[in-house]
Amino acid sequence: MEEEIKLMKGNEALAMAMIRYGADGYFGYPITPQSEVLETLMAQKPWETTGMVVLQAESEVASINMVYGGAASGKVVCTSSSSPGISLMQEGISYMAASELPALIINVMRGGPGLGTIQPSQADYFQATKGGGHGDYHLITLAPSSVQEMCDFVGLGWDLAFKYLTPAIILADGVVGQMMEKVVLPPQRKRLTDEEVRQRCPWAANGRKGMRKKNVITSLELDPSLMEVNNERFQRTYKKIEENEVRFESIGTEDCDYLIVAFGSLARISQKAVEMARKRGLKIGILRPITLWPFPKAEVARLSERVKGILVPELNAGQMIEDVRLAAGSGVRVEHFGRLGGIVPSPDEILDAFEKLFLGK
Amino acid sequence: MKVEIVIAGFGGQGVLSMGKILAYSGLMEDKEVTWMPAYGPEQRGGTANVTVILSDEKISSPILNSYDIAIVLNQQSLDKFESKVKPGGVLIYDNYGIHHAPSRKDISVYNVNAMEATFDLKNDKAYNMVVLGALLKVCPVVSLESVLKGLKKSLPERHHHLIPLNEEAIKKGMSLIDK
Repeated sequence: MEEEIKLMKGNEALAMAMIRYGADGYFGYPITPQSEVLETLMAQKPWETTGMVVLQAESEVASINMVYGGAASGKVVCTSSSSPGISLMQEGISYMAASELPALIINVMRGGPGLGTIQPSQADYFQATKGGGHGDYHLITLAPSSVQEMCDFVGLGWDLAFKYLTPAIILADGVVGQMMEKVVLPPQRKRLTDEEVRQRCPWAANGRKGMRKKNVITSLELDPSLMEVNNERFQRTYKKIEENEVRFESIGTEDCDYLIVAFGSLARISQKAVEMARKRGLKIGILRPITLWPFPKAEVARLSERVKGILVPELNAGQMIEDVRLAAGSGVRVEHFGRLGGIVPSPDEILDAFEKLFLGK
Repeated sequence: MKVEIVIAGFGGQGVLSMGKILAYSGLMEDKEVTWMPAYGPEQRGGTANVTVILSDEKISSPILNSYDIAIVLNQQSLDKFESKVKPGGVLIYDNYGIHHAPSRKDISVYNVNAMEATFDLKNDKAYNMVVLGALLKVCPVVSLESVLKGLKKSLPERHHHLIPLNEEAIKKGMSLIDK
């Protein structure tokens, strides 16, 4: 299949991107607002074409452990869910981080805490970027703001996960999941053969067939001196990721007096607010972190020396703002604007908040 | 060119699919499009609305505070969206089930009797296509040709025999507007 232009929902684009990437398996359990991922995969029946396995597991705990098993055998596997389901998966994600396994996890966030609402939210920023499960680990965290990025970050997520041997997460929200836009689907890639998997993943537990020493994949190491060595190795990986994989988009930041730092759908809504502000003669730039971890600290620091103030609009009570404040230091005012529980602000609400906070209007 | 549209009514009236067909038609004309539903437990009886943006340039926010065109198909939606039409914009409503007609003077207001027209067609599923026809007559945001192409592209092949029916409904809707 060639490259193709389609109109689809973000969730549908995730599913199509998995198939086109040549994924080996998807394991998931339906939950709004991302149920279209599993539904699209079931409708596409990739097991009949590429041989990809699609399985509705009995729970999120089961799905993440199926992903753990698939990743341990060197396969290209993933799961998706929404906030409450992702909370259930944290143990498995921590085990995969400790076992240095590549996998893709997708969270299309909804309002929390608890079962909360089914409407869009960004309140799982801390969970995704600061570990989420127990132990010292990070997930490569990608924040799409368009349907095209929902598609592209599936491939990017797996590429990075396999490059660094650590799980990656796509942290999307209900807006990006439910919205339809134009998307260019990549050409169909072939799934790797067993031989190719053996070559790419010599560490994989996929049957040694008398050819090599056995591979053991575990997160357990009872000797603390050895566990410290493991942890130091994880930290070296995280440092490399921080050095090489920071991604962001800047819009109008070169001549701006003020800055908005926003991710996902809120970066899009903020962009409209900024267009309205420019008509009123206010120069506001937008920095959109694409990787939430590693966070674009250096760019925030660079811009914070130039601007009079930074607004951080989020669909939460103030999470990414902590990273912005750390990066910006104390020389510049950093303010938060948030809507909670599944409410999404309109562009004028963001502009009003900006004018109230920084211009005293 | 950029046009920002909200379509609102009861769940089941075909509000979301009408938006989808508009979006597909925009795609046929090589436009940038976004389709953003207010999703939730709103099917069958609750209120439903969708924001559709068609543009020659990249679209920033899929969520808006004001609209060039509002199409409202019940009283709640009229109450909610009348004030959100930009000055000089367009409001299209169906008088069926409306108790308080819109009162703004700084926008163009069109009343389409789409429900009655749909009864004439003897196909109540075509209601949203009648409304779409009215929109296309008031503001030709996309061409009829693109709509039909979009329908062909978005409907599974087993439903393609319904396209002439949809075309008839759209034309019926167009005939409801004197312009």
